[in-house]
Amino acid sequence: MVLSAADKSNVKAAFGKIGGQVDEYGAETLERMFATYPQTKTYFPHFDLGKGSAQIKGHGKKVAAALVEAANHIDDIAGALSKLSDLHAQKLRVDPVNFKLLGQCFLVVVASHNPSLLTPEVHASLDKFLCAVGTVLTAKYR
Amino acid sequence: MVHWSAEEKQLITSIWGRLNVEQCGAEALARLLIVYPWTQRFFDNFGNLSSPTAIVGNPKVRAHGKKVLTSFGEAIKNLDNLKGTYSKLSELHCEKLHVDPENFRLLGDILVIVLAAHFAKDFSPACQATWQKLVGVVAHALAHKYH
Repeated sequence: MVLSAADKSNVKAAFGKIGGQVDEYGAETLERMFATYPQTKTYFPHFDLGKGSAQIKGHGKKVAAALVEAANHIDDIAGALSKLSDLHAQKLRVDPVNFKLLGQCFLVVVASHNPSLLTPEVHASLDKFLCAVGTVLTAKYR
Repeated sequence: MVHWSAEEKQLITSIWGRLNVEQCGAEALARLLIVYPWTQRFFDNFGNLSSPTAIVGNPKVRAHGKKVLTSFGEAIKNLDNLKGTYSKLSELHCEKLHVDPENFRLLGDILVIVLAAHFAKDFSPACQATWQKLVGVVAHALAHKYH
């Protein structure tokens, strides 16, 4: 799966439109993921996962920042996320299936906050982008 | 058998009651064919699927999307017997249509996104969780008779 020029342009434009709200999107993505896929909570036994949790807000910001970084270096996502990839392989070891679940929730957040942004073409590009990020983060697992 | 709480049933029926089945069904199927283009393999006889615009405007896509989502309505009326409700459809998708059940999961995920776009703030995390559960259970029921 390869990101076309159009995909890259769609993704950059999407994150441009999301702008500063991306932190909020990150937190809500996690909130939705924990509600919809409770098994994902197993990676956060040390977190307060209640509504409005400061830890979820903080972690959502981190996740959002990583997505923005990947979008800003979309020609070399592997390079941009190399350290994060190491972290996931060596320390976090989040099962690869969970990146799809996070991706689904991110798309739901975008759809619910900004439906006009998520045209079918942008939806396709963002879905591919999120898959690419997941692939990079799990690339060094074995 | 899947258990549905009173809250879940309420979240399902309140969304379903406000849904335009024709519009959402068409949109969900169109997005499936656009976001996961390999799913077009089942629709060789649908005519022009050459671009997102063509897919969205394709009358066969719209009609089939409506048909698929209308069938969801049956599921919602029979939440306590989904396997029974979808028994014949499951056989059909296996024996005649030869559809990999993974496609049901893909369509379910797309449907949730379409609902999020339509219902925005009303599509709360609890609502999403309930509908992801529903589409998952429907996908499972549709795959149940596969052999």
